[in-house]
Amino acid sequence: MHAFDFQRPATLKDAAAFLKKNETARVLGGGQSLIPTLKMRLAQTPALVDVTRLEELRAVKLEAAVLTVGAGLRHSEVATHKDVLIGVPALARVAAGIGDRQVRNMGTLGGSLANNDPAADYPAAVLGLGATIHTNRRSLAADKFFTGLYETALKPGEIITSVEFPLPKRAAYVKFKQPASRFALVGVFVSEGAGHVRVAVTGAGNAGVFRMKDMEKKLAEKFAMESIAKSKIATDKLLSDIHASGEYRAHLIGVLAQRAVAAAIAGKYQ
Amino acid sequence: MNAPYIGQSIKRTEDQRFITGGGTYTDDVNVVGQTYAYFLRSPHAHAKIRGINFAKAKAAAGVVGIYTGEDLTAAKVGGLPCGWLITSVDGQPMKEPPHPLLAQGKVRHVGDQVAVVIAESLHQAKDAAELIEVDYEMLPAVVNAADARKPGVPLVHDDVPHNTCYTWAIGAKDVVDKAFASASHVTTLEFNNNRLIPNAIEPRAALAQYSRGDEAYTLHVANQNPHVERLLMTAFVLGLPEHKVRVIAPDVGGGFGSKIFLYAEETVITWASKQVNRPIKWTAERSESFVTDAHGRDHVTKAELAMDKSGKFLAMRVHTTANLGAYLSTFASSVPTILYATLLAGQYTTPAIYCEVTAVFTNTVPVDAYRGAGRPEATYVIERLVETAAREMKLAPAEIRKRNFITQFPYQTPVALCYDTGNYGATLEAAMKLADAAGFEARRKQAADRGKLRGLGYSTYIEACGLAPSNIAGSLGARAGLYEAGEVRFHPTGSVSVFTGSHSHGQGHETTFAQVVADKLGIPIENITIVHGDTGRIPFGMGTYGSRSIAVGGAAIVKAIDKIIDKGKKIAAHLLEASADDITFKDGVFSVAGSDKKKTIAEVAFASYVPHNYPLDKLEPGLNETAFYDPPNFTYPAGSHICEVEIDGDTGATKIVSFTAVDDFGNVINPMIVEGQVHGGLAQGIGQALLEGCAYDAESGQLITGSYMDYAMPRADDVPSFKVDTKVTACTHNALGVKGCGEAGAIGAPAAVINAITDALGVKDIAMPATAERVWRAMNTKSKKAK
Repeated sequence: MHAFDFQRPATLKDAAAFLKKNETARVLGGGQSLIPTLKMRLAQTPALVDVTRLEELRAVKLEAAVLTVGAGLRHSEVATHKDVLIGVPALARVAAGIGDRQVRNMGTLGGSLANNDPAADYPAAVLGLGATIHTNRRSLAADKFFTGLYETALKPGEIITSVEFPLPKRAAYVKFKQPASRFALVGVFVSEGAGHVRVAVTGAGNAGVFRMKDMEKKLAEKFAMESIAKSKIATDKLLSDIHASGEYRAHLIGVLAQRAVAAAIAGKYQ
Repeated sequence: MNAPYIGQSIKRTEDQRFITGGGTYTDDVNVVGQTYAYFLRSPHAHAKIRGINFAKAKAAAGVVGIYTGEDLTAAKVGGLPCGWLITSVDGQPMKEPPHPLLAQGKVRHVGDQVAVVIAESLHQAKDAAELIEVDYEMLPAVVNAADARKPGVPLVHDDVPHNTCYTWAIGAKDVVDKAFASASHVTTLEFNNNRLIPNAIEPRAALAQYSRGDEAYTLHVANQNPHVERLLMTAFVLGLPEHKVRVIAPDVGGGFGSKIFLYAEETVITWASKQVNRPIKWTAERSESFVTDAHGRDHVTKAELAMDKSGKFLAMRVHTTANLGAYLSTFASSVPTILYATLLAGQYTTPAIYCEVTAVFTNTVPVDAYRGAGRPEATYVIERLVETAAREMKLAPAEIRKRNFITQFPYQTPVALCYDTGNYGATLEAAMKLADAAGFEARRKQAADRGKLRGLGYSTYIEACGLAPSNIAGSLGARAGLYEAGEVRFHPTGSVSVFTGSHSHGQGHETTFAQVVADKLGIPIENITIVHGDTGRIPFGMGTYGSRSIAVGGAAIVKAIDKIIDKGKKIAAHLLEASADDITFKDGVFSVAGSDKKKTIAEVAFASYVPHNYPLDKLEPGLNETAFYDPPNFTYPAGSHICEVEIDGDTGATKIVSFTAVDDFGNVINPMIVEGQVHGGLAQGIGQALLEGCAYDAESGQLITGSYMDYAMPRADDVPSFKVDTKVTACTHNALGVKGCGEAGAIGAPAAVINAITDALGVKDIAMPATAERVWRAMNTKSKKAK
């Protein structure tokens, strides 16, 4: 690890001001990806700006049609928060299944989204629920937010403040773990809302999380496993590595999507 | 706790300090004036070094010294030696290319050490290392054993043609070929035994100190055999006298073989500690462990088994190419030969066996002994062949084994070993009962109803532990002795310190050995301390590897105890005014036969150290005896493992639903510790079968599985709650009747798992690790064939 300056501003405004002045400074969430990268000297930064204690990033609000979760919430907090469990229980289950206990006690929602690891769980939930990402500058639809491997629409110095999830009728996430990292080798998040269905896949895409729109169409007609039992899944945009070929990932997308639909119907959320 | 202690599951006394943070690992040792070493390593698999510019680095803050291979050459420091000479079939000795401590003009694997930077802090050392400019000329690399001998493949060492270290063979080829020609059935398999990365929980670490006052060195190092470390380092590399070097291997957090070897890092910092006249600390980072700790296994094998009509084994023929990596690690040459091919009889009466082994160099981390060392590879060959043969012959897996089990002992195998004792039918029967093999078909049907494929796999293994005797090993190429030493030192008031050459790095010797000593001396276990891991305190011994500690190290201690008792009898005879011949010793008390006259061993010890009433004309004072024990034969632990798996028909994910191991380790000193050793071994064996697969990029030679993000270690939820038991046939040639248990799990398990998976899938073979994708592909191939 190279030396860096550590900032823990008291307000969101202060954090934004510091980042404006120090363009190469990095926003620090729970640090579960960034800190190891710095420790291994694979990245370096003049300053880290810790936003996890900002009050503006810590609110959870459940309303009639939406659940808003502060970007600073730790995975373990999302997993156990009453409003999340009532509003979007599948989201709580996603949070409960990220990494291990230590990671869940440190990692944050905003940090995970900003990092956009192609095998992370949260991007699947955010895209699969059609959530809106709020920053200190603007609001972004999930469909516009994730732009590539570890790439997002965030501009330098922009801070995610909260994520607004429309409440689904039912939803579930099913993940097949990569045996070493226990990240998603493939993870499929399925949700059914008013008149629409979303299917989001993590772990498999060579440009990160993506939607299975043909599956969505079939499930919108009938929300049942058999609707997507014979889905053809192209392999050309899928990752292929020592853990799984594109072909196997495609197969898993089919299996896991069906299982997610079954779980959503059964109210099991996985 | 009361005697007898042997046979009791006494809680490990050392665990108190391990669990409460009271252990002293090498990295816990810090000394005044300490500096830190950082090794600059090759980012390339194969490259020439055109030049190294460290002018900027030398001027960096906190730098105390920077050394490269040139400095070592100038100082006449040698390379790392190999401890076992293998002779090729053509009579030529194996090729032993130099194994430099720091690269000499060329790097041969990713992680090869190029320079060492010593600085006031680790961060300063790393900062300085970033300023070193190495001018590499990249060369093409070879990483796979199967490619190493192909024409046109780059040479890892310019003077080693075909990258071939040796071609070695054992057995009568003509007899075997003849048996195959007349066989009614031949089973053939071709497979790889996957490369593994050891991953001890404590990374390697060292702290080297040079004392100007007495021109002596002290090296703390995470190592399994401090005397061997010292011998190799002083005599073969640094040219130092042994009495000026003390090697201390304090608490060591796991080794699994990877800490047997003499490595470059601790040798370099020992040398450098005199150059900079400061203590130097080095602790590997986990990423460094992946590219510097000697790896394990990595064989490519073709194996054939010839049978008669009834399934009786007639002959076995095996050809293996073993990947040794870029350099010969300390015992690398012996693992795929002496520790592998000699085990190929397994538990069976196969009358003729021929095995040829070609060992090759590649641009990968050196490969050496890893838990089991050769014997897991042999067991995998035998037990995959036997299970496959049973299926082809339409015999039950247990039946084909029983038809071929060795039942008469001693048994001379056709591959050099002579088994002293065993009862293979008994462990198999017991394992089948414990695993409820009889109920398996019903369970298979139930699983099928749930969309799962269930399979049962057997593995009846043998291992050879306590490698010995020294003279035979020497005739086979060993460059070291294979005995063990023990010293038993009574203190004047009756407590005892025992000094053993064996080394504990998690095995619980401080408890097990104390149980033996307490029973043999008839004193409370609390009065005994087991001392190990310090050449300044213990007699010259060989350390711990090959499940040898209790069988060889324990036997050496018993031999020392016998001397103590013998001397004690003479002292007691004097005190009791009797003849030594009339003195008996039992439960810590010397008595005169047929009288009530007696002295406790503590009283005798006191008399020996305060010899006021003592036969000084006939006996030396003191009660302190040392013994060296060189075993007459190996020990032969054996057992039966049965694995039951369930496979998800949709994803190919395999779950081990049950794993049963019934082992014969001879007499068991501490059943709980033995069970723990079996659990750990099984987890490693299951890891090899299902999860662990070291992968190199064939083009670039980069290690793909260079961290826990990509190298899958087994975790608690990957293994079931094990069913384990032991059956005992006591070893016939050591004082305790013990055989050793440390490696058994890792030896037997892989074949049992793969036999279970292939049984579930109905396929002949599947590669290790049997990942979900491989299983899914096997299911697909099979269903396509069925159509």
